[in-house]
Amino acid sequence: MSDTTSAPGAAGIPGDVSAARNTARTARRFRPSGSAVVMALYLLFLMLPIYWLINMSLKTNTEILGTFSLWPRNLTFENYATILTDASWYMGYVNSLIYVVMNTAISLAVALPAAYAFSRYSFVGDKHLFFWLLTNRMAPPAVFALPFFQLYSSVGLFDTHIAVALAHCLFNVPLAVWILEGFMRGVPREIDETAYIDGYSFGRFFVKIFMPLIASGIGVAAFFCFMFSWVELLLSRTLTSVDAKPIAATMTRTVGAAGIDWGVLAAAGVLTIIPGALVIYFVRNYIAKGFALGRV
Amino acid sequence: MNKTVNQKAWFLVLPVLVLVAFSAVIPLMTVVNYSVQDTFGQNVFFWNGIMWFEEMLNSERMWNALGRQVVFSAIILAIEVPLGVFVALNMPKKGFWASFCLVVMSLPLLIPWNVVGTIWQIFGRVDIGLLGYTLDAIGIDYNYTQGFFAAWTTVIVMDVWHWTSLVALLAYAGLQSIPDAYYQAAKIDQASRWAVFRYIELPKMMGVLMIAILLRFMDSFMIYTEPFVVTGGGPGNATTFLSIDLVKMALGQFDLGPAAAFSLMYFLVILAISWVFYTVMVNLDKREGR
Repeated sequence: MSDTTSAPGAAGIPGDVSAARNTARTARRFRPSGSAVVMALYLLFLMLPIYWLINMSLKTNTEILGTFSLWPRNLTFENYATILTDASWYMGYVNSLIYVVMNTAISLAVALPAAYAFSRYSFVGDKHLFFWLLTNRMAPPAVFALPFFQLYSSVGLFDTHIAVALAHCLFNVPLAVWILEGFMRGVPREIDETAYIDGYSFGRFFVKIFMPLIASGIGVAAFFCFMFSWVELLLSRTLTSVDAKPIAATMTRTVGAAGIDWGVLAAAGVLTIIPGALVIYFVRNYIAKGFALGRV
Repeated sequence: MNKTVNQKAWFLVLPVLVLVAFSAVIPLMTVVNYSVQDTFGQNVFFWNGIMWFEEMLNSERMWNALGRQVVFSAIILAIEVPLGVFVALNMPKKGFWASFCLVVMSLPLLIPWNVVGTIWQIFGRVDIGLLGYTLDAIGIDYNYTQGFFAAWTTVIVMDVWHWTSLVALLAYAGLQSIPDAYYQAAKIDQASRWAVFRYIELPKMMGVLMIAILLRFMDSFMIYTEPFVVTGGGPGNATTFLSIDLVKMALGQFDLGPAAAFSLMYFLVILAISWVFYTVMVNLDKREGR
């Protein structure tokens, strides 16, 4: 640990004759153990609230309100059982997953050709179009909540999964275009040209050769579409009432006449964290590149 | 990179154009429509000119919300950017611990925003929350539903918790792209730690850092769900930021005209500031010869 956290680039310099002499001084100057302490404190700061949520979800309501304890005294999974057996609860998760998957598929389908166009060709208005796409990422969902509600009501899509999926395209399509464009820029143009000389049609080249080349980029773009659609609440809540109600909106149910059902609320929260935690492992090395819109 | 001129590329962009037009231009035009019309009900609208804009520009409510919003975004950026860079500098470079840090740090970013609010609600409550209980036990008067200062602190700490990792991840990616040779040169020159940071790491991170600042600015300016869940905009109007105020006005009171005018001005402010960041970013890209 202390070795990997030492001075950036200090380790593994081949033929560095001064290495031995410098080790002691670098160690003092960059204080590798200091880094470990900083990281430990930061990660603790990140994990503490999440731990508390998990802690709450494993307690009964009487214990939550009655005694203050750092860990559950009477371990119970009843809160989770409540959610996983009640259709009005777990359908929230199903609804969320349906529109998130739909949104990811739509976003990628339209963003792939567009990103290719932006990365390979220049055409009239390309720069303006690109910035215009970005402006949609900047649009506050609050501005669009009411017009979306009216638009989707008037075309009869209110309270359907596709409505939420389309609404989330507002910010996910620009994002996907940006990320994919960044990855596509890294693929040399010669590959395109060779394929055309070999007689590939555009469609076949794109699917058979180009898409495997940017597979990691597609994965990252999909991950980000998934993520931003999953965490958004304002639009998905405005556009649904019963049939497509997302889990995030269902959680407000825990506020009842007898006060808030803290245990179930916490358990529902924990369950919303799990999908993200599962997918994050696969993209851990690309996540920064994705946030940088493919521009690192 | 030299790109070929090809107007047919428009066909490849067309699907995006149609989709975004449906989900952005039509709703935006609806907003424009409302902003210049008034109604007495029954869906009868008449032209109202720029009355609503004038009304909103003179309304104290909007200026107050804007003021709170600017203060909030400024504090957020002032804390998260340096802290994020600092964390990135201390992250392990490779191996198991690097992956471990990446995964744990990304975790808050993937939690639905209202759950973030819920987490901090549970964490901060005086009766059942670890934070609230501890602060209360050591004699600090902390109650985020009533105290102005406590509410602000909670909202800010929550946002720092939620988003600092984003800045850190981007800065970390920027650091990773620095070749070892730079550090070796610095070592030969006996450069101090500060000099290494100032003349090697910071310039190399500038590009990604601009993206981080752009994203953090945009998202903090649009913040709605987290403070809404934790404080509901209170106590009083203490944490009523622009989006919260707008939703109150549009969906709560159904004041469509003023809300629409408000929306447009809100959008324009974000657009203007983001355009500045974007221009700086593109120029940085060019200077690096990409």
